[in-house]
Amino acid sequence: MTTTATAPAVSAQRTPTARPTSRFRREGVVKAMFLAPAALYILLFFGYPVVKNLVMSFQEYTTKTFFTGEAPWVGWENYATVVNSGLFWPAMLNTALFTVGSIAGQFVIGLALAVFFRRRFPLSGFLRAMLLLPWLLPLIVSSATWRSILDQDSGILNEFLASVGLGAVPWLNSPDVALIAVILVNIWIGIPFNVTILYGGLQDIPEELYEAAALDGATGWKSFWHITLPNLRPVINVVLVLGVVYTLKVIDIILGLTNGGPANATQTIAIRSYQSSFVDFEFGVGAAFSNILILISLVFAIFYLRGNRKQVDE
Amino acid sequence: MTTMAIVTDGAAKRRATRRSGRDILFTALGVAFLAIMLFPVYWMFNASLQPSGNTLTASLLPLNPSFAGYEKAFADQGPNLVTSLVISVGTVVFSLAIAAPAAYALAQFRYRWINVALLAVLIAQMIPGVVIANALYAAYNDLGMLNSIPGLILADATHAIPFSIMILRAFMMSVPPSIIEAARVDGAGHVRAFWSIVLPVAKNSLITAGLFAFLFSWSDFLFALTLTTTDDITPVTLGIYQYLGTQVANWSAVMATAVLSSIPAIVLLVIAQRYIAAGATGGAVK
Repeated sequence: MTTTATAPAVSAQRTPTARPTSRFRREGVVKAMFLAPAALYILLFFGYPVVKNLVMSFQEYTTKTFFTGEAPWVGWENYATVVNSGLFWPAMLNTALFTVGSIAGQFVIGLALAVFFRRRFPLSGFLRAMLLLPWLLPLIVSSATWRSILDQDSGILNEFLASVGLGAVPWLNSPDVALIAVILVNIWIGIPFNVTILYGGLQDIPEELYEAAALDGATGWKSFWHITLPNLRPVINVVLVLGVVYTLKVIDIILGLTNGGPANATQTIAIRSYQSSFVDFEFGVGAAFSNILILISLVFAIFYLRGNRKQVDE
Repeated sequence: MTTMAIVTDGAAKRRATRRSGRDILFTALGVAFLAIMLFPVYWMFNASLQPSGNTLTASLLPLNPSFAGYEKAFADQGPNLVTSLVISVGTVVFSLAIAAPAAYALAQFRYRWINVALLAVLIAQMIPGVVIANALYAAYNDLGMLNSIPGLILADATHAIPFSIMILRAFMMSVPPSIIEAARVDGAGHVRAFWSIVLPVAKNSLITAGLFAFLFSWSDFLFALTLTTTDDITPVTLGIYQYLGTQVANWSAVMATAVLSSIPAIVLLVIAQRYIAAGATGGAVK
């Protein structure tokens, strides 16, 4: 592997004096041993799956494969199945709506709360810490809880709506509202992450900037637009791109709330990938779906890496 | 002189009163925001204590708490909670054993390709879990590792290892190379210096990474769902999902299980608050 190949060269370069070769070769081996387990793990549990998925997506890989060991090559057939499945474009649209809606809601509310908690007042640190709770709960727990809250007949939300004179909403049972309900829950889950990161970014903006602006008469909204937002931009980029990459792959929340229904109203590419592989046992089709997901994530990941390059180079 | 002093004193006092008034307003607003955000968590507790097991009759306060939901939850899900605990502790140990040495190497050794390695770790975190599940299912099936605790530990570590490497590296960058050099001059090898100098210094970051490894693994649902085919190994997240299919008429049992599954997150947030905060912000730097 690369580690063992380059390590001796590095140590040789660092100690050009005449020492026994075996000494720094051993040094190189010891150094490489620190990285070897992690490198091996990442190769086996990230590298292999990505390659395997790519290969599988060109094979007829089904339950039969597990008995016969045969997975015939089918070329682009799985991708054709995916695109022609009738659920592909709706799932793409749902993925886009789910992602954009979730990110917009999480970000706006997260930023508002971060700005709010930037003020020092009694208990602010404690309250901000407790705000993290929804982020730390297992997603399936949140899904189950919200499913009881959103229940059409007995959920507390509809009970509340009824008490203020509004009709019951079939939150998870109607194809027209289910996606909105799922987005609302995902916004709730994502707020703590946004608050935490944006709050960290706000802390790094020097107080003098605000003081100088206040002298020029810029306070409140003005200082928010002209100082907070521009200075926060690198952090905002990170939050948005990470948010998109995380939201694209969401499965737990949707499976727990609606299972992709009703009438496929909450099907996303990630859910399609899961269901093709593990419900229909068509692993080739599932792999094709997930490769499309990787491709979309990759586009955003490149944005992230470009924005983050300075940090990594540091 | 004296009048001046009195004037400034009065102004300061006025400012102080105004501040305490605003303080109270802001604290009240903060409490209100928190109450809205945490209402679902409260509702989970409340619903878990409802007697009929039905949210239809749920009152806003559990005035007549019933523990029937917890009895059923313990009877059905008790073993699953133990399974989750075993898997999560295993993931913590395995992840730290892999990530800590790698983080040390990436922080303290000089490699020319270090940016490539960091990039690989970064990208690894972005790969959708379903991609990993898809490939691991096939591989585990061949290796006989489906329905096994080691199989789930290895898979769950995909959440924890890249995250831990990043968190631990960020910390180990701040360990002064001079103390490592000093140990090396005294004749300690890399392994010795790492074990008896760096790890003790990095204790807090190890706790942070370990806590998150635990939470990630405890929360895992996708691998539990895909890499098990029988009921032999059922982490509690999968237990909740199965409940959602069969027990939605008995919400108090479902919610009691949800409460029990939330305990690690709640305990860690209250007791280990500063580690969680460190991890949450560290997670963004990754």
